[in-house]
Amino acid sequence: MRKTLFRSIIQAPVTEAPPPADAAALAELAASVDAAALRRLGRSLAIREVDAGSCNGCELEIHALNNAFYDLERFGIRFVASPRHADVLLVTGPVTWNMREGLERTYAATPAPKWVVAVGDCGFDGGIFAGSYAVAGGVSAVVPVDLHIRGCPPTPTQLLRGLLALLNAAGQDR
Amino acid sequence: MEMTAFDAITNGRTADPDHRPWPRFSVDEGTWAKTADALRDGECCLLGYWGERERVNLALGTPNLSAICVLSLENVDRVFPSLAAAFPPAARLERTIREMNGLLAAGAADSRPWLNHGRWPQVPEASAPSALDPHDKYTFLPVEGESLHQIPVGPVHAGIIEPGHFRFTANGETVVRLEERLGYVHKGIEGLMAGAPLAKAAQLAGRVSGDSTVAYALAFARAVEAATETVVPERAHWLRALMAELERIANHLGDIGAICNDAAFAIMLAHCGILREQVLRATATTFGHRLMMDRIIPGGVACDLNGDGRAAIEALVARIRRKFPELVELYDNTTSLQDRTVATGILRPALAQRFACGGVIGRASGRTVDARRHPGYPPYDQLAFDVPSLIEGDVNARVWIRIREVEQSLALIEQILSRLPEGAIATDIRARAEAGAAHTEGLSLVEGFRGDILVWVRLRADGTVDRCHPRDPSWFQWPLLEAAIEGNIVADFPLCNKSFNCSYSGHDL
Repeated sequence: MRKTLFRSIIQAPVTEAPPPADAAALAELAASVDAAALRRLGRSLAIREVDAGSCNGCELEIHALNNAFYDLERFGIRFVASPRHADVLLVTGPVTWNMREGLERTYAATPAPKWVVAVGDCGFDGGIFAGSYAVAGGVSAVVPVDLHIRGCPPTPTQLLRGLLALLNAAGQDR
Repeated sequence: MEMTAFDAITNGRTADPDHRPWPRFSVDEGTWAKTADALRDGECCLLGYWGERERVNLALGTPNLSAICVLSLENVDRVFPSLAAAFPPAARLERTIREMNGLLAAGAADSRPWLNHGRWPQVPEASAPSALDPHDKYTFLPVEGESLHQIPVGPVHAGIIEPGHFRFTANGETVVRLEERLGYVHKGIEGLMAGAPLAKAAQLAGRVSGDSTVAYALAFARAVEAATETVVPERAHWLRALMAELERIANHLGDIGAICNDAAFAIMLAHCGILREQVLRATATTFGHRLMMDRIIPGGVACDLNGDGRAAIEALVARIRRKFPELVELYDNTTSLQDRTVATGILRPALAQRFACGGVIGRASGRTVDARRHPGYPPYDQLAFDVPSLIEGDVNARVWIRIREVEQSLALIEQILSRLPEGAIATDIRARAEAGAAHTEGLSLVEGFRGDILVWVRLRADGTVDRCHPRDPSWFQWPLLEAAIEGNIVADFPLCNKSFNCSYSGHDL
């Protein structure tokens, strides 16, 4: 055990250089995000993840953002346990009718300024589940969305590029 | 030889000629009642239970799955006799049949809604009862006692996990009852599959539970191939198994790390997380998708293994073989961690047996069933592997089963790579229209990382899906979490829950 712990200290980190912020995401954000409000937060974003009906594929890749390769926390972005502590809601899934109220109440519990990032093809417009009696639609059918990160599921790199774009929007003057 | 209860139920019956590979029998209410007794007495196990417009189907197996069949009650006019009255593991399935198909199980003790939260604008089938009033309060089971208090948790949880509601009743720190309420991520997948072309239905099957996308795609493909009597090329079988074992390793690594993290031992999560990421990078290199979604299709697989892919997987296996034993040793030698996992969240073997609980949870509580062995499917009949099992049934046992299964899967991958047959990787699904049958039905049982996944499908003559029922292993595991947590402290719930790691999406459908 001590050997494992010791090696963990002396080994070089596996963490990789960050990908560039997503240009398309920057463009989408420029239209919807209040940069002045975001700037107030500095380079720090607290994210509350909400599964509003996903198949859990997106959750796996969001989890991966915390692993040593992507190490989301080095950018000042971290996941928090309560919407009360959050600046950003990261919402996955088609929104099911059974989760609609849960999402609405989570949104209402998040203090402003706040942003909503819809993750995955299902979060975009319901994806493959669109049209079901049990599905209300994409995330924007229920709460206002500032940024969409598409993919089934989006890779951690795609997620990172989108989130970095959100962070960078803070540095832009409009 | 003495006649088993399974034989007594099935002997002398004529099977439906269009159901494969296991027989489907139409039975009367007398046999239905006998089946309930056999389930109650542990002489048979329940593998699946689903409704249609006027029919209720039950997938039944012998306790070791040496024999399997489907029993159908036909021409059901709104009411059929409850199995759950004698055999409680069927209860949630009967509540679901009522909501999905409008068929009421008469005599059941629990008639509360399950997946239907009273919020759907329409109901799944015309015959189903009208939608519930959203303001009707769901009644949790009553609890009485002076010092008891309740803790409602969810559906939105603190971590990055799926939504569900847990209602704890505690006496001080000790949980005296946990009651689950699920259904939040019900997407109506069976409804979307009905009438869908095969390709669309296969994609939906691969998104019943994203973490098991390979296993679900495989189960769906096998059910379709059984229904159409399609013979899949040998190489496809082996590539499917390669993907399935990679998926198993990735998920087990994630779970081992996450369980330890829930006991505040974060270094295991960090190291297991690195290994898991390396699995997903190897699968992306090899199959073009980190989770291998849509890579298994009815008729075979969608992509072949090339030289780069082979090298990536060989390097991956070598790396895990080198790194994983150190982590196992770290787990084994950290007493403060074992203090949390040993004797926590015990699932009694008798209960695991009764619910026919599969996967890691079942095998950690002495139920050694593994669908790769029984009923078995290619290429596992040509591969050497052990099915590890323990009897303790605690969090620690579930960690150890996962560790042993990672080792078994590594050995399986090595065998697959060294003996992979050459040849085609897919074939066309045989059109059944010329055979004259209006419908063909197929059933499959596949071992996912979480346990046995059942898929039943009925195809129309034009090859589209008429009806499909995917049954997640979690159906028979979620209820056992309620039992395992009893008498533990509230603070150990995350640890117990993670060691079960049931699927919300797979269950809610």
